[in-house]
Amino acid sequence: MSDTMEMAEDTAAAAQAGAKPVMMRGRDVCVFYGEKQALFGVDLDVRANEVTALIGPSGCGKSTFLRCLNRMNDTIDGCRVKGKITLQGADIYDPKVDVVELRASVGMVFQKPNPFPKSIFENIAYGPRIHGLAKTKAEMEEIVATSLQKAGLFEEVKDRLDEPGTGLSGGQQQRLCIARAIAVSPEVILMDEPCSALDPIATARVEELIDELRENYTIVIVTHSMQQAARVSQRTAFFHLGNLVEEGPTDDIFTSPQDKRTQDYITGRFG
Amino acid sequence: MSEHIVTAFDQDLKQLAGKIAEMGGLAETIVNDSITALMRMDGELAQSVIQADRRLDALQFHIEDQSVLMIARRQPMAGDLRQIVAAMRTCNELERVGDLAKNIAKRVIAIGGELRSKKLAIGVEHMAELAMVQLKTVLDAYTQADAETAKLVRERDEEIDRLYTSLFRELLTYMMEDPRNITFCAHLLFCAKNIERIGDHATNIAENVHYMITGQQLTDERPRSDEIELADFDSDN
Amino acid sequence: MTDMTVSGSAPEASQMPEKRVWRDIGIKRRYAAERRFKTYGLVAVLIGLACLAMLLFSVVSKGYTAFQQTSIRLDITFDKKIIDPQGQATSNNRVLLMANYPLLATRALAKTLGVDESDRKVRRELSGMISNGVRTQLRDMVLNDVAIIGKTRTIWVLAAADVDSAYKGQIDLSVDQSRRKVNDQQVEWMNKLAGEGILTGRFNTGIFLNGASSRPETAGMGVAMIGSMYMMAIVLVLALPIGVAASIYLEEFAPKNRWTDLIEVNINNLAAVPSIVFGLLGLAVFINFAGLPRSASLVGGLVLSLMTLPTIIIATRAALKAVPPSIRAAALGIGASKMQMVFHHVLPLAAPGILTGTIIGLAQALGETAPLLLIGMVAFVADFPATPMDPATALPVQIYMWANEAERAFVERTSGAIIILLMFLAAMNITAIILRRRFERRW
Repeated sequence: MSDTMEMAEDTAAAAQAGAKPVMMRGRDVCVFYGEKQALFGVDLDVRANEVTALIGPSGCGKSTFLRCLNRMNDTIDGCRVKGKITLQGADIYDPKVDVVELRASVGMVFQKPNPFPKSIFENIAYGPRIHGLAKTKAEMEEIVATSLQKAGLFEEVKDRLDEPGTGLSGGQQQRLCIARAIAVSPEVILMDEPCSALDPIATARVEELIDELRENYTIVIVTHSMQQAARVSQRTAFFHLGNLVEEGPTDDIFTSPQDKRTQDYITGRFG
Repeated sequence: MSEHIVTAFDQDLKQLAGKIAEMGGLAETIVNDSITALMRMDGELAQSVIQADRRLDALQFHIEDQSVLMIARRQPMAGDLRQIVAAMRTCNELERVGDLAKNIAKRVIAIGGELRSKKLAIGVEHMAELAMVQLKTVLDAYTQADAETAKLVRERDEEIDRLYTSLFRELLTYMMEDPRNITFCAHLLFCAKNIERIGDHATNIAENVHYMITGQQLTDERPRSDEIELADFDSDN
Repeated sequence: MTDMTVSGSAPEASQMPEKRVWRDIGIKRRYAAERRFKTYGLVAVLIGLACLAMLLFSVVSKGYTAFQQTSIRLDITFDKKIIDPQGQATSNNRVLLMANYPLLATRALAKTLGVDESDRKVRRELSGMISNGVRTQLRDMVLNDVAIIGKTRTIWVLAAADVDSAYKGQIDLSVDQSRRKVNDQQVEWMNKLAGEGILTGRFNTGIFLNGASSRPETAGMGVAMIGSMYMMAIVLVLALPIGVAASIYLEEFAPKNRWTDLIEVNINNLAAVPSIVFGLLGLAVFINFAGLPRSASLVGGLVLSLMTLPTIIIATRAALKAVPPSIRAAALGIGASKMQMVFHHVLPLAAPGILTGTIIGLAQALGETAPLLLIGMVAFVADFPATPMDPATALPVQIYMWANEAERAFVERTSGAIIILLMFLAAMNITAIILRRRFERRW
């Protein structure tokens, strides 16, 4: 089946069900680390302007799948990806696709806040600069300001943009990282346990931010906190031992999951 | 279902189920006693029903407290969450059942032992038996997590409703026959209404059981035949 | 509701039934072992400090006098009769070069002392008081300004090395004068001049400025310092870029396979190769094969570069490895290429580590003697090298050469040279620390 046909079908189906169109689509995705297989034929759709949460026990392959979506796995030695992943219908593992360009469209926020040891301004300006998004200094300042505003950090840091980003609190650093990802205008933002190093208040701020960002971006979030997945996501996918066990609307997954493994995991019965 | 990693959670859930079973047993007894008191015009038994209802109220508070605490402490998900929510709802229904039984007992005291004719109460007794079977069945379905039986209970409620309608006509006839019957029959009518409500609560519990087990709410309109929905104001007090 | 008041009613553990397990934790033994270990450590540190103190004390106590040079203030009359008796100075330029300048100084000294210098014995003893270096000193004055002839100037001339030693108390004057290098007459004159303030110790600038000399009082480390500086510059220019580039490639770009493992093992081995082997390599490759001049600081610099390269590579790789992977992930995550990631983020963060490694490598190279011996840098070089291609010596080589000299005055100069070398090393290490601090503060 060709991509365009698939896309056409999607659009038709989406229109029928009133669902959002598919932004990224994984089909039969298998990942190997050397001899060890980490993912077994995962089929998962990520819908536009929705938050898709990936949950599952440690080592279940959810982070691996996430890192496939912007080819961060390429940086790991001995990692092979099979199957097909498309972004708006285009195969991202096509040899013609440039990884650098892909990562500009599919941004990433990591588990531990990792601002560059530079000023707050430089942290955000770096991405637009290497991608040539701003021609003048004024344009760059504009991008930095809007990115910070979108990340809900502007009011807190507007008077100290030249101070080091590492001097911010953990929650602020994570929002700075989100602002940094936003600054290159991605379509999709991947978040790998973005709140695991934050306190509950900072977590709440980031979750609020995720909810706001949903309007303009497609978000895929890996989280260990089922409560968080339930709070922020519209769709949830449960991974177990490298398999996608169940995927569906978050409302259903957390009240009446279909698969026993899902039920056991989210109710805390996993052995 | 396998056990939780946190064993205290399992214990909490078990305790909750135990309390619901206890409450269910108590509610059954109260209903049974109130009907017996009505049939025998036994004021003492009626008094004991009123006493027992207090225990039911206390149990309801306890279960609600426990459920809220469990939600706060364990953040239950999926089946666990449904179980707790169902327990909260069910204990509410049972408390209402107790109130209705208490209401019948109060009427027994109000009638004051002047049983006009056993014949008049036969219909009520028959209806009460049916309601008690419904209550017992649904409580069994609850403890055994049996969604099919619960669904059956729900469908059978129609029968009680039908019985109530015919009883209503019957009592009306008695009242027209002999005006001296009016007070007694009016009391009986209210009792019949209470029993019909008990049946409704059994149906609600059946819906809770179904939701607890399957996660699906039973929303489709079930067959109703109590068209004569008069005297609705009397159900509470 | 439970409240804080509950704590007041709770029983204390001590009132509860005895349930505690008896544990054989040997508290005393543990603490004794810890104390013992601390003592060992302290003793080790103290031994180290004592050794360092001894070394510094011996070097400084022997060497500090080298920075003082006994000089005599003389009113020297540039007598035309002595400098240019035939008046040929304008026609024959060799006359001014060959003139008997020491005689001028001897005369001036005789005049100061008020003795008759016509007696040959007295004259010999007088001239023995003054360093032979006075010849060049006065000649240079005359050549600079011919008009000085016939005039009198008050200048400081260097005392002879033996007088210098005697004045500093390094010669035992209680032994018979036939068994020492300064006789009683000279000592008497010395004391007299010293009493008048005419003979006194002055700061020795010559040790920093002069080249090699067989006379201790005019010997200096100037050439060695220039040679060492040339070599350090060459090492910095060659080893730093090559080392950093190699490390970045190996650490960030090279695939991890058997070949890179092999290279890594070899680099580590190279760091352990004795330095004299590098000297042999330099001799064979740079001098015999490439035909570069012997004794040149260029060759020395190349050899030392080879020797420093593994140190820099190892330090740089360690510094690159120490950069947190989260920074790399962050850069890649917003679409930086690998090259951008390395040069924009990883390298600046690794810079302090690289710098420290480099300066430690340079300091090591600065103190290296063995390979320089083999490429002919042990040489008597009196003239300043203008380019790295000219013959030069190095600081440690100069120390080695002076240590081999017999004269008493060279002993203190050897120690003085060691002090200079140590100060150079200290300065480099301080630079490393300062640069490190500054770089780290930028982030």
